[in-house]
Formats: sequence, structure tokens, C-alpha cells
Amino acid sequence: MKISVASIAAWSRESRAVRHGFESKILLSSVKNMAKKIGAKTKTPMMCQDPQVRAHNFNEVALGYREEEAVFEANRCIECKNMPCIAGCPVEIDIPSFVKAIAERRFEDATRILKSRNSLPAICGRVCPQEEQCELKCTLGARFEPVAIGRLERFVADWARAHMAEEIPTKRPSNGKKVAVVGSGPAGLTLAGDLVQLGYQVTIFEALHKAGGVLVYGIPEFRLPKNIVQQEIDYLIKMGVELKTSVVIGKSLTLTELMTELGFDAVFIGTGAGLPSFMKIPGINLIGVYSANEYLTRSNLMKAYRFPEYDTPVIRGRNVAVVGGGNTAMDSIRTALRLGAENAYLVYRRSRAEMPARKEEVEHAEEEGVQFHMLTNPVEILGNEKVRVRSMRVQKMELGDPDESGRRKPIPIPGSEFELNVDTVVMAVGQGANPVLTSTAPDLKTNKWGNIVADPETGATNIPGVFAGGDIVSGGATVILAMGAGRKAARAIDQYLRELNLNATPQPQEAEESTVPN
Amino acid sequence: MHVIVGRKQLAPDVVQTEVEAPLVARKRKAGQFVMIRISEEGERIPLTIADSDPVRGTITLIVQAVGKSTKQLNQLQPGDTLVDVVGPLGKPTHIEPNANVVCIGGGIGAAVVYPILKAYKDSSSHVTSIIGARTKDLLILEQEIRARSEQTIVTTDDGSYGMHGFVTDALKKLMNNGKPIDLVIAIGPVPMMRAVCRVTQEAKIKTIVSLNPIMVDGTGMCGGCRVMVGGKMQFVCVDGPEFEGHEVDFDELTARLKSYVEFEKEAQARYENICGVHCGLES
Repeated sequence: MKISVASIAAWSRESRAVRHGFESKILLSSVKNMAKKIGAKTKTPMMCQDPQVRAHNFNEVALGYREEEAVFEANRCIECKNMPCIAGCPVEIDIPSFVKAIAERRFEDATRILKSRNSLPAICGRVCPQEEQCELKCTLGARFEPVAIGRLERFVADWARAHMAEEIPTKRPSNGKKVAVVGSGPAGLTLAGDLVQLGYQVTIFEALHKAGGVLVYGIPEFRLPKNIVQQEIDYLIKMGVELKTSVVIGKSLTLTELMTELGFDAVFIGTGAGLPSFMKIPGINLIGVYSANEYLTRSNLMKAYRFPEYDTPVIRGRNVAVVGGGNTAMDSIRTALRLGAENAYLVYRRSRAEMPARKEEVEHAEEEGVQFHMLTNPVEILGNEKVRVRSMRVQKMELGDPDESGRRKPIPIPGSEFELNVDTVVMAVGQGANPVLTSTAPDLKTNKWGNIVADPETGATNIPGVFAGGDIVSGGATVILAMGAGRKAARAIDQYLRELNLNATPQPQEAEESTVPN
Repeated sequence: MHVIVGRKQLAPDVVQTEVEAPLVARKRKAGQFVMIRISEEGERIPLTIADSDPVRGTITLIVQAVGKSTKQLNQLQPGDTLVDVVGPLGKPTHIEPNANVVCIGGGIGAAVVYPILKAYKDSSSHVTSIIGARTKDLLILEQEIRARSEQTIVTTDDGSYGMHGFVTDALKKLMNNGKPIDLVIAIGPVPMMRAVCRVTQEAKIKTIVSLNPIMVDGTGMCGGCRVMVGGKMQFVCVDGPEFEGHEVDFDELTARLKSYVEFEKEAQARYENICGVHCGLES
């Protein structure tokens, strides 16, 4: 592909014009041609709130593509034959088709293609790590920036929300089978959506008072507006899913009771990874040291950022350190800024290249003024006379040989300790498996970390009729992987219950092919 | 929504509330708690279940008004509702049958120790109860506790009723002149529990305390309720709320309970400002 300097200049001029709203048909058609012809090297930028402004509010940071930007970006797709992007997607969305539909302004078609595979596109378009999945595989990405598939997904989902009447897909008639879903996070919501459509009677049990799991307690408003999550949940309820909040399976009801007294034919456990890890260092229990779960739950679910209008408080640190390098760490440190932190430090023991966080979140954090302390690890948190955090002693690290995770292992550099002046510390260093359900289900097989042992392809556990998926099986992972697990388990539960039915009743059943919507 | 079906003022700041929560009522055992939220803007607060009626599908909460949320809760009348009641949470009390047990309730702690001593009584243990309060008016559940204990000693700090002194004074007396004690269960303000533990530690009497740190979810998810017990980090909501008192780091617990004092003051002032006159707050 030959690109002249002049044509790049022309493209960037034009695309700037598009971005600034000078949208005329003539201009756009030339932009479109240009995009195809020269293969714009970089992704069409997405408008965001100004970093200086957004660092002080909880409104959504990224504003999404407008139509012309989406069409322009979709036209960057070179329509390659082997379509590697599809294999990069855990739920195998037909990416080339929906991108093409956008390029041709068939937004309703794009919506249908997307939604046939992904029941939560507005969420995934915002929180999926596309750069490690579909976009990583994009053919265009070999030479230039890949097609911005994530931004296009978000565009389609938002366009549909604004322009299309909600379509309640036709459900199969009730088959009389009851399925219980434990946990209303991404795995449970996906599974519930799939099974209700097939005619199952689905009940979701949620321990907290609000459905959505990590989508509501963990991921902040500025990254995933809660009305989007609520809309997806309302949609499931309209489809006939029953939702019971404030019911803790393992406490209010046990797994056995679900299967016996309450007569559920199958149970799916998608309770997530709900047990925060704390570093074993002095000072970890000082006032002002939070787990990321607590910090985010207070701020997001309990709306502590609106205290005293809402009752739940959260310490509004002036100088805040978040320890960790994942999305949860990014969410926490950016929350700290919005709660008024003057200095927001991200302390991570490896280097930037090893950070598991989504690239866009790291960039956004940096733009907002987060100060990165890479290759740095806490050794002690120091307190004042009121047992409150006054500083954190850290040491520099260097990278040694790769460890079990394949990442290079951080090794402390002797004599490199220094103090960070902080009053709040948030630990975002991973999570264990929550014991509440498993401790009252002794027959359910777990591994040595307490995660439920389940077949990766079906989610089947050692107990017939009990399936599991998402973080409670895999340990802390991503929204989309949990959704993938929910989808697979939905298929497996459907198959399991059909087979059970066949064995139970000698009459031949109507032959139907696999069932979970693809 | 959980409808309040009964309300009784037990002491100037202490109200007994009976609220509909059928799932909790069915399952609940001594020592367990619920998380409640009063309104959409409300915080989640942990409250021990004092009693339950599985037939009526209700649970009883006995609450001392100390902060904004507890004041608000104690204002509610039959017919009013709570948006959430979730539970029963925490591990139930481990009941050792046929034990010679001393159950101590300090202040509002009497409401927490009451279901436990009932459970001990039902397991044919010999129950001696000590309940204490600053002054006579603040004593709660005296009749109920007397009815279920072989012996009950009441103490008041000011001597206005019963024995003049602290619950530890009554305990020491029992230890000096009574039968051997297998187990002490001490529930109340942190300084009281710590004082009891000091007394029993010397005599090497196993002592169980029930802790009430600040919680958010109550299901192990946030770690806000962590305490050090025997040098190990424990989450009170899932590992407790009851622990071996001699192992608990009370200093840390005391400090952490003060995490949000400024916020609490602000919330209370705001609440009283908005609602004080109209609601006719007690005390």
C-alpha cells in the first residue's frame, strides 16, 4: 500500500473536518473514498470529555462516535478474506458483517448482526479489552492501527438505543423447566437472556440490592453509565426473567434447596470473584486503606460521591495511591481523582508493558493526571497518631525471568526504598473466591483456591444439573470472558435438560437443533 | 420492600422493631445478622437478629440510635418499610451442649447476647447471665433474659439498679465463688468486651465476643470489616461475627470503628436539621 504524504495530509484535514462537524455529503463521500483508497493509518479518534474537566466529574469519559465518524472508521476495514477478528472474539460476533453494515449506513442491520451474538453490546463496546481480542487479530493491524471494532460496537449499540424501538425477540413457548441463576453479573445476565428466549423459566438471585454484579458495583459510572446496565436488565425482565435481589445463595437459600424444595431443574453459579486480597505488609489495616472492591462499591453502588445526599461515606483522600495494574486499579485511581485527589499515584510492581489494564483506560488515566510509579512495590503503610494513613514506603523493582504467568517476575532492588506521601491507599491486587456459596455446598468440587471446578466447554460441575462460569471458575478475568462462559453454559444447560427430558419420557420429542441463539 | 409490623420502645434510645423478612426468619440461627437499607439513598448497615418468627415470617431487630441511619430506623412506625433486608449473614453461634456458660450483655449487647443464651438454654446448658447498663433506664430485656437463665445478675454503673459496678465486677464475683465456668460469651461495647477478656484471660476461661465493625456488603466482598484475630486477617461478615476474644486485636478494631466519625457527624447534623423538629427525635 503506497501512501503519499499529500494524501495523508488530505485525509487528516478531511477527517478533522468530519470530527468538527462540517458534515456535507460531498465531503463525506470523498472522505469515505479516501479512507478506503489510502487505508487511513490510524483509528478515527473518539471524542472524549476534556481530561481537565472529566477528572472532576463522574460523567462518561468517552463520548462515542457520531454517525459520520463511525462510517468513516467502518470504511477502514479492508474486508479481508480470512476474517481473523471473529476468532478473536470470545462470543464470535460476525464483526466483518456488522462493520460492513455500518460502512453502508445500514445501522439497523448492524444492530441485528451484533445483537444476534452479543446480548450486551453497549456494555462490551465500552469495557471489552478489544486490543487483546478482535482488534489484535485485525489484518489491517499488521501494518497500521486495526479497525476500531470496539468503538464501532459501541456506536451501533448506542445508535440502536437512540433510534430503534426495543425489539423483544420471539420466545419459544414455555417448556416448563426452571433454571436458577446465582449472580447477576455478565455471566448470569448472558445466560439468563439465552435461556429465557428458549422457553425456560429463569430466576436470577442477586446478593446485593441491585442487579448487574461488577457492572454496577465495580465499573464506575464514568466508564460505564449505570442506565445502560439497567436498560439491559430491564430488557431481560421484559423477556420474562424473574429477578430476586437481596437473596444470598448459601445463606438465605442453599444450593440444595434450589434443586429440591424450590424445584429448579438446573442451577448456574456465576457469583464472581468476591473476596479481596490484601498485601501482607505492616499498616494494611490503617484507616484509609481500602480494597478496590470496597472503594469502588462505596463510590459506585452506594454513591458515596454524592454524600451526604446518599448516606454512605468514602474517604476523599488528597494524596491517593492505588496498588495494581489492572482495570480495577485504573477505575480506582480515576475514581480518586474525581473524589478530589490532588495527587493520584498508580503503584505497579511491573512495567507499563505488563499492565493487564485496557490500553484506553491507561491512556485516559494518564491524560487525567494520574502519576505512574512503575516497577514500584509497597513495603509498608505508615500511620499517624489517629491510626490513619500518613505515607506509604515503597521500593523499586526490576524485571527478572518470566514466572508461571509468563510475565517477567519483579525483583526488589536493595536500598531503593522511598516514601510516598499519601493519606489513602487502595489495594487492587486481585481477588480470591468468595466462600459464601461453596461453604454451604460441601459436595460441590472446588480447587485449592476455592474456585469451582467446571468443564471449560460446558460449565458443568461435579453435581448433575449444577453449572458454573465466570470469575468464580476462572479467577478474576474480564466481562466478555464471563459472558462467553455464560453463553456456553446456557447451551449446555439446554442440552442437559433436553436429554434429561428424553430419558424421562419415552415418547419421541420433536427434533430440534441446538438452541441457544447464536 | 419489607414492612415493619411491630415497634416497641425499650429504652430512651433503644427500639425493638419487628419487620417482615420471611426468607431470613426461616433460616436464621443465633448469632447471625442482617444487612438493611432504609431507603434508596440509605447505607447498608449490619444488625444482629434478636429474634425471629418463621410462621409470621418476621425478624426482630433491637437497635440503639447512635448515628443517622439508626436514628432514622428507630423513627419508623408499623406500616413503614425498609427497602432491603438481606440475610441471615455470618456464621451462627457454635453451641456447645451441656456447658456451664456465662453470657454477658453490656448495654445494647444484651439484645445480641439474648438469642445466644436462648440457644444455649435450649441445648441444656447451665446459663448464668450478666447484663449491665450505665443506668437503670438503659437496661433492656431484663425479664426475657431472667426467664431463660438459671441466674441473672444486673449491674449499673451508677448503682441506680442491681449491683453497683461493671459487668466485669459481677463476673469476677462469679469466678471467685461459683462453679467452674466452661465458657464466657461477652457482647457489648468494645471496651467492655476487652475488659471481660482481660479478666478471663488470667483465669484461662474461653471467651467468645461478637464484633460489629463497619461493613458494606456483608458477604465477604469488600474487606472493610477486617480484623486481626490471632495474627490472621479475618472478615467479620463471613468468618465471624463471633471470635475467640483473647485473640482479637481490639486496638485496631477500636480505631477502625472511628473511620468515618466526621462523616457521621455531618450526616447526623444534616438529618436532624431536615427532620429533627418534625420527627421529634428522642434524646
